[in-house]
Amino acid sequence: MRRVSLTAKEKRREVLAKLEKFGYDLYDQLERGILPDIIMPSRSIDNIYYSPELRQYTLGDKKIRRSASNIRHLRPIAQLVWMAYFVHELTASQKTSTLRDVFYSAQAYDIPFKNQDESDDIITDLETILGCTREDFNVFPEERSAVFGDLTIEYTIPNYEGKRLNLTSHPDGVMIGPALTSAEFIETNADKVIAIEKGGLFTRFIEERVHERFKAILVFLGGQAPRSTRYFIRRLNQELGLPVYVFTDADPWGMHIAMVIISGSANAAHVKELTTPDAKWAGVWASDIVSYKLPSDKLEDIDVKRLHELLRDPRYKGEPWQREINTFMRIQKKCELEAFSRYGLTHIVDKYLPQRLKDLGE
Amino acid sequence: MEIISQVFQEISPADFFYRNREIAGFANPARAIFSAIRELVENSFDATEPLGILPDIYIRLSSNNEGEEGEKIYVLRVRDNGSGIPADYIPLAFCQFLFSSKYRLKQSRGTFGLGGTMAILYGQITTNKPVKVISSTGSQKIYEYTLMIDIERNRPIILDRKIYENDARWHGTIVELSLEGDYAKAMPKVLEYLKQTAIANPYANITFVDPRGRLYKFERAVSNLPPPPKETLPHPHGVDVETLSRIIRVTRCKTLLDFMQEHFHRVGRHTAKRFLDFAGFPEDADPKKLKPEEVVKLVQAMKNFNGFFPPDASCLSPLGEEILRAGILKELEPEFVAVTQRKPSAYSGHPFIVEVGIAYGGKVPPAEDVLLYRFANKIPLVYDESGDVCWRIIKSINWRKYGLMPGMPVAILIHICSTKIPWKTVGKEMIADRPEVSREILNGVREVARKLGTYLSRKERIKREKARISFFVKYLPKIAEFSAKLAGKEKIPNIEDLLRRARRFEES
Repeated sequence: MRRVSLTAKEKRREVLAKLEKFGYDLYDQLERGILPDIIMPSRSIDNIYYSPELRQYTLGDKKIRRSASNIRHLRPIAQLVWMAYFVHELTASQKTSTLRDVFYSAQAYDIPFKNQDESDDIITDLETILGCTREDFNVFPEERSAVFGDLTIEYTIPNYEGKRLNLTSHPDGVMIGPALTSAEFIETNADKVIAIEKGGLFTRFIEERVHERFKAILVFLGGQAPRSTRYFIRRLNQELGLPVYVFTDADPWGMHIAMVIISGSANAAHVKELTTPDAKWAGVWASDIVSYKLPSDKLEDIDVKRLHELLRDPRYKGEPWQREINTFMRIQKKCELEAFSRYGLTHIVDKYLPQRLKDLGE
Repeated sequence: MEIISQVFQEISPADFFYRNREIAGFANPARAIFSAIRELVENSFDATEPLGILPDIYIRLSSNNEGEEGEKIYVLRVRDNGSGIPADYIPLAFCQFLFSSKYRLKQSRGTFGLGGTMAILYGQITTNKPVKVISSTGSQKIYEYTLMIDIERNRPIILDRKIYENDARWHGTIVELSLEGDYAKAMPKVLEYLKQTAIANPYANITFVDPRGRLYKFERAVSNLPPPPKETLPHPHGVDVETLSRIIRVTRCKTLLDFMQEHFHRVGRHTAKRFLDFAGFPEDADPKKLKPEEVVKLVQAMKNFNGFFPPDASCLSPLGEEILRAGILKELEPEFVAVTQRKPSAYSGHPFIVEVGIAYGGKVPPAEDVLLYRFANKIPLVYDESGDVCWRIIKSINWRKYGLMPGMPVAILIHICSTKIPWKTVGKEMIADRPEVSREILNGVREVARKLGTYLSRKERIKREKARISFFVKYLPKIAEFSAKLAGKEKIPNIEDLLRRARRFEES
């Protein structure tokens, strides 16, 4: 049993302080009788770089300046200040919201957004300025994924504060929502994290007691993982020191689901702490299709096109990426996680999983 | 010789116009209605405006069988409040072609110098009915003539003559004639003609009752008239052999030196001497003794001599900027109007003045092209627009330079007044491309277009400025409010100064 340090409260205090400072800077400029401006990193394509050290995309040194003296900037600045105020209220009162919800809330304050894209954009600006994610200031996505395994957490949200829960309590897993994201990790017996792209396999793993047999915390990704899930996986890795294994379909899209957990996306270049650089893509690989003689489909044109793109992507420089991309190209085949069922429902858990974990240095 | 004179029979002027009525605008029943109205209306203007009378013109076109398609017989009645015509002259003035012979020049409307006689002739040959002319000069009597034209002999035939008491001292003229026509087809042009006439003559009241009983009223907007034109002598540059021969026939001058000073515009003793020296004629030569080839030589020399003063414009009667503006405002009700009167200029010894107006927005309809209104000596030209030099000039201008895009509501008015309008064809609906004239038109159009451009860019600037200030007023308080709240401050920063500074642009 390991005790884990408390961090969620500290994190909240830090975010609130950043928001207050942002407000104060503008307030101070107005008090001195000048039209305020805001300087922030540019998120344009030419300022997004892949950083081999961080093993993720990151923003370069280019800054942009938004000034209230510029008529075109007035509105976005007002929107930004309101947004900061709104999420400050959310965070301080430990309430949560969604992107859609924020868009509608603006109307109550007579802050006009043309559409949700515009308000989403302002949230991204705020992330860029503060250097933290929207989950940090309690704006969560609609999509939810789930987690199951021997991890005891303690809620920090109002009404549940201090309550503890072991994440094996519910056989369907526990939803990774705002409450879980901000919960403290108390203790765990697990020694690894297994993240799975598809719901069917996630349930199979629980039924086959993978969490006990392999001492694993199981995470259901639900396709391309939401940011709160990526953040949660990172916490499991960083705070608990658990290695992370990602299982996806054997195709370029599944491969990329794993990659976004490991190295992040270009869209999120302005935020850090979303990636888990040490996570490993554990399968299903293209080479598995050959060695396990898995039922497969032919690659479609769009798959091949995607493979060519990935080949040029700096995140895919090392192994197993290059090897697997080339194998895909050679065999021109793809398959799904469920393909192992050809050998019986438990084959994937009894044979494939232990072998793969062993291969990866378990 | 006997035989030849029989074959080449002399024809009277009336007969000539009878045979060539299409050149005077009576080519078909629709055009005939238009031209008849136009001739009589212009007669009425010439009987009022030059004499200082504010025109009141009443036009009625009626038909017994209106509602049927196609050609039919109409009765056209035009009444004015003009000076009236002395009783003895009425038959000649209306029923003889080329009644007057004048060697003095001034600007006048009458397109063909036929003074309504063409309309009467056309009415007579299509209906075989007489014309009725009622007129009084404001004396104690009103005269009513019933007349026809003896076409072969070019003489009036007086069918009847009545005299009425004129207790009210009415003055004016009423002409009532019958003619064949097609109003249904002529209607758009007739109404366009009247509307444009009202633009160029805003000091007139014009009333029109059409065959369907509809009333069109164009009311007077100004009560001052353009200054009347003065009669002038011909300018030497504009004289041809025939004109010179006629002047020689009537002159009483015994020497060419006197002759030049007496009969030509802006020729004094000094100029006359220099000219005769240039032309190689002795100063004391008797003009009446010039041989035909010498007359030709003299005309040539007149054209080639550069020492004459340019013609002055006192013989012209332009509208003036004030009247032009009033006419545009009255009939087009635009959002913006600019007008200009160009300085007098001359081509071939004929003085002319170009006046240009531009109207934007309001009731001016948006159109792909600029809307063009053309006027010659205050008469609207409503036919053959595309062949006119004005149209070519309008099309040659890059309107975007003045902030104008296709589809914007813009109308351009071009008025040329001259003792001799440079017509392109005998139909007298198109202005010819004379370099001196087109240069003035182009510069005039540019001048008003520039004014419109300035207005439009200023309007755009004010609009942008207003939007800018409304942005400040809307968003700066929000920034102040929420930044104060975020910073945990009770007091919202005072942004009045900042808003005031933003507003300063508005006033400038």
